[in-house]
Amino acid sequence: MIAALTAVEVDYAGRRALGPFTLGLEPGEIVALVGPSGCGKSTALRLLAGLEAPTRGQVTRAPGRGETAVVFQAPTLTPWASAEANAALPLELAGVGRREARSRAAEALRRVGLGEAARLKPAQLSGGMAMRASLARALVTEPRLLLLDEPFAALDEIARRRLADDVLALWRDTRPAIVFVTHNVEEAVYMAARVVVMSAGPGRIAGETLVDGPLPRPAGFRTTEAFRAAAEKVSADLDKGMGGGMGWGTGGGMGGSMAGGAA
Amino acid sequence: MSRALHLLAPWALVAVILVVWQAGCALGHAPVFLLPAPTDIGAALAAGWPALLKAALNTLVMSLEAWIVALLVATPLAMLTALSPLIERALAPIAATLQVTPIVAIAPLFVIWAGLDHPERAITVLAAIVAFFPVFSGAVTGLASADKDLERLFDLYGATRLQRLLRLRLPSAVPFWLEGAKVAVGLAIVGAVVAEFVAGSGGSQGLAWRILESSHQLRTADMFAALLVLAILGAGLNAGVRRLEQTLLKTWRGR
Repeated sequence: MIAALTAVEVDYAGRRALGPFTLGLEPGEIVALVGPSGCGKSTALRLLAGLEAPTRGQVTRAPGRGETAVVFQAPTLTPWASAEANAALPLELAGVGRREARSRAAEALRRVGLGEAARLKPAQLSGGMAMRASLARALVTEPRLLLLDEPFAALDEIARRRLADDVLALWRDTRPAIVFVTHNVEEAVYMAARVVVMSAGPGRIAGETLVDGPLPRPAGFRTTEAFRAAAEKVSADLDKGMGGGMGWGTGGGMGGSMAGGAA
Repeated sequence: MSRALHLLAPWALVAVILVVWQAGCALGHAPVFLLPAPTDIGAALAAGWPALLKAALNTLVMSLEAWIVALLVATPLAMLTALSPLIERALAPIAATLQVTPIVAIAPLFVIWAGLDHPERAITVLAAIVAFFPVFSGAVTGLASADKDLERLFDLYGATRLQRLLRLRLPSAVPFWLEGAKVAVGLAIVGAVVAEFVAGSGGSQGLAWRILESSHQLRTADMFAALLVLAILGAGLNAGVRRLEQTLLKTWRGR
């Protein structure tokens, strides 16, 4: 186990936002957190990052600096610094010498396909390139746990598919555990070995799906039976999770039976 | 065609106003001490330009000195407040009080402190007080403006307070600070003129003094001439600082 949330609960202003919620992560595992807005996905991610403390329950995580990295929904780069300086930031904050930090940052940028853009500032990068720079910054410390908070949400379909494949290719090199938050069922199934569906108000686990198939995904994986079955199961869990409070039960029931047949 | 019109429009309006003004003075027989014709003002400019230029230079120097003093005092103070909420709390009421106190009301005090032989010192200090606030509040706002997720990132990587100030808050504050500095340069001129009205004497010799002197002697055309020079000075200084701001911002964000 590389990190874990054990029966965590988070209250905001006296109201339960998340939990009780339990999630364990094995080294190198890729887990997707899927759920409606406000289900506490991002809160769970911040708990794993140590950026927030739970009201109750226990968080286990790698304590070392740079062992955990986060990529936010927006690239979150500093506009005044070049892509390389941005990618070098985690190292420089940790006291790594400027020259070494910059050369490791340049290497990280090459790995995400931005080798040529090292000197450019964020305003000169496209949305996809900025996201890659953000990813390079996260990878530069070679983290054992990589947390992605809807990293592709702002990108167009082509860019997000390409980036999804690239993230999986990068994962193959150093095999960090990855937790990523998304609204997109297809993306979750494509990228993760395990998809955890959360229900809203307060956020709890509504269902869990293991996705069959190799990682990184082979070409055409989106058209396979394994992909279709997993996507249906996740959709059903999502319906179930939303159905509780809103009376959308019929959709959930139907999806559930289909997924049952496929599994 | 439309572009040429765009460029010409303001000049055309000025020309129309001047023609109507000139015609009005000629037809209405207004006494020259009440409303001098544009040609009278032109004549005053032509006759008095060496003195006006010298006065403009004095006002410019006092304004720029005040602006620089304001930048040098306001910026580190804003950084102190960013480092410590306690300092911010301590400073806030004084700053707010000073800001709402009319500059005219405290001018005599500074005249006494500066000494009657050095009215230009009092003027510079008073103008600096006026120019202080946009720089200070711009810097304070800017220092608190850093992206929340970037703040989280600095948390995640265990950044120290100093690292956070130097590598996140200060650079984040730059656009706000520049905006404050731009507003401040306009206020520095206003401050220098108002302060000279109150504190000035023959010793200060800025544009405001020329206006005051002309008004006392009912040389209205000279007043207009000095006003014109003042307006050109203000517009020029503003344009210069705006250009500087844009250049610096471009460097800051790379385009």
